[in-house]
Amino acid sequence: METIKKIKRSLGTVPLLGWILGAFVAATLEYFLGDAASYYLGLPKIPAIFGTLIMFKDPMMIPSVIAYDLLIYTVPVILVAKLTAPLTNRLAGLLEHLPLVIATLVHLAAFYGVLHIWADINDYRVLVLKLTMVSVILTISINIINGYQGEFSCSHPGFMALGAYTSSALTLLFFADDKLFGAALLPAWLGPWMFPLILIAGGFVASIGSLVVAIPSFRTRGDYLAIISLAFMFIVKSAIENLEVLGGPRGMSSQPNYASLPVVFAWMAISIWIINNFVSSTMGKALNAVRDNEPAADSMTVNTRKTKMTAFMFGAFWAGIAGGLFAHVLRYVNPATFGIQKLAEILAMVYFGGLNSIWGSIVGAVSISVLGEALRPLELFKWIIIPLILILVMLFRPHGLISFTDFNIKGLMRSRNRQPGNNQTENVLSSQGGRQ
Amino acid sequence: MDYFLQNLINALQWGSFYAVISIGYSMVYGVLMLFNFAHGDIFMVGTYIGFGVATLFLTLFSAIMPGWLIFIFTVVITMFLASFVGVFVEVVGYRPLRGAPRASAAITGLMIGIIFETGNLIILGAKRFSFPPLIESITYNFGGIYVTNVKVMIVVISLLLMLGLHLFIQKTKWGMAMRAMSYDFLAVPLMGVSINVIAPLTFAIGAGLASVAGILYGQAYPVLDPYMGILIGWKAFVAAILGGRGSIMGAALAGYMLGFIEIFVAMIFPSTFRDLIAYSIILVILTFRPRGFFGMAHSASLRL
Repeated sequence: METIKKIKRSLGTVPLLGWILGAFVAATLEYFLGDAASYYLGLPKIPAIFGTLIMFKDPMMIPSVIAYDLLIYTVPVILVAKLTAPLTNRLAGLLEHLPLVIATLVHLAAFYGVLHIWADINDYRVLVLKLTMVSVILTISINIINGYQGEFSCSHPGFMALGAYTSSALTLLFFADDKLFGAALLPAWLGPWMFPLILIAGGFVASIGSLVVAIPSFRTRGDYLAIISLAFMFIVKSAIENLEVLGGPRGMSSQPNYASLPVVFAWMAISIWIINNFVSSTMGKALNAVRDNEPAADSMTVNTRKTKMTAFMFGAFWAGIAGGLFAHVLRYVNPATFGIQKLAEILAMVYFGGLNSIWGSIVGAVSISVLGEALRPLELFKWIIIPLILILVMLFRPHGLISFTDFNIKGLMRSRNRQPGNNQTENVLSSQGGRQ
Repeated sequence: MDYFLQNLINALQWGSFYAVISIGYSMVYGVLMLFNFAHGDIFMVGTYIGFGVATLFLTLFSAIMPGWLIFIFTVVITMFLASFVGVFVEVVGYRPLRGAPRASAAITGLMIGIIFETGNLIILGAKRFSFPPLIESITYNFGGIYVTNVKVMIVVISLLLMLGLHLFIQKTKWGMAMRAMSYDFLAVPLMGVSINVIAPLTFAIGAGLASVAGILYGQAYPVLDPYMGILIGWKAFVAAILGGRGSIMGAALAGYMLGFIEIFVAMIFPSTFRDLIAYSIILVILTFRPRGFFGMAHSASLRL
């Protein structure tokens, strides 16, 4: 126990930047030496998702996989993070004095570098990362409605479908020669630059669609609003199935390859930033007030109708963006995707991660997504294990793993240079930085 | 006119399935204020139990028992076994969450449903089973209107089940306890009514009814599917809420209404428009009448 505490305290001196640097080195190490390492350890190839797939398929490979994970990931990350802690703490200290935006961008760029190198090794990793990031956007957007506003909305797959189909129709119409819409209307080179506008158009369509659920929320709440949102999801799905102009039940395919890793990453970062600002704002506090006691909020000058409408439209907007990215990551979309199964997935992520918490949503989305991929070799048993895990979480943490916790980016990125052994000058400087 | 009457009979049959299943949702919702999202898959489990019992009886006793007698035994035994499934779901999935936010119970129900579907696929494989016909089908012709005895049987049995349930709730002590619980499931236990008896009883009855609906469904549409609970279950769920909180009458009427909408929409529009139009009608009704047909107003503080 004492040893564990010592280790914890020791690792606690590493700032976020240090961990990112360690991960960067580990990813680079794998990029250059992964093939050789897996060969000498007897693995058929570089493990795609930390070796879980190989372990489930061939238990004899478990020692090799563990050795690989230790050699390529764990040891390099910890070693580099610890050894460079003085340097990275100094860097983090410098960044603390710079505007928050710059510090955040530096961290994001470094983090993206890690993901880029790690994903460059295997196409499957690119796909997993993209889908996970789309899940993050979906989960934080539904958290606005289900967590911060407190309604049990089941309409998120519907919003996602509206965004996915709008974006797909626009990219296929303007930038692709395809069967549904014929020749492209605009030159292909314009496509990647117009893609953000197309995604936003998808978000707007989803926002407008959300009025179908938002307007009844003025006089309906709780269970009946849940049913209305569920009906909305089925209506959207059924409507799309009947629209031959959009491919009907067969769906739309051959979307242009605009959703590259940096694009999806950027949209995820932007969505976290904007949604976190939203829930931290006066409007966000109004949402919490409406959730906790609507009549009281109404009497305390909160415009409850405007608040609820804003929450639904804002949440639906980002669900539409996620839908558009989803359609272009898979480059295929069909109405069957946006049914009960997708609803169960989204609800699982938000309630697993935690309500009323951006952190919780991120953790929930990443956990469920990665777990889903890691358990893939178990095939059907995966859909026994994941529900069981979720039931256990609901039993012991009814609000989810990380609920009602603020997302504090500044605290996340701060220097960890607080050891008592440090000289007095640095302590004074750090204290001054902290006070500012 | 003949076409209309023919579809009227089809609508009665189709509505009977929704009505019987939605009553299970409505009872749990009325007594515990919970969405039992696993109920649709309990219907599926009940159907498979019925299939197993029927197959067993046909194998062992078809030489000495007529089909209708095997049918009766199948219904009774399946109701009994499915009741245990309902109780199991309540004890394992819902009881520990009584003090928790109701969204947690909703999520748990969803997950239990997924486990039932996946467990079915794991245990029985993806092969499709066909529910054996237990009642010889006889077609009657009334001036151009074709009616089969199976169709009539389905409607009659459904109505009898609903009548029996109504009598149980109105005339027995247990039924009285359930009605009391639906008014205030927090205060009534203080008056000596044990929620640990009424809650599993509610789930058991709901599961039993759902399993009978499954057997009747199997007689009309023999092909079984692990995901059949999704298609019918969610519509029955919507019908239950549409009927109003805790209202058996409302759930039944809403189930039949849904059946009618689906059958008659298919008369006028392509059948793929059924879901779109049915759910649109439901959404409009709930927007303007939030409590459903027979629902009691409930406190604003009750929410998932």
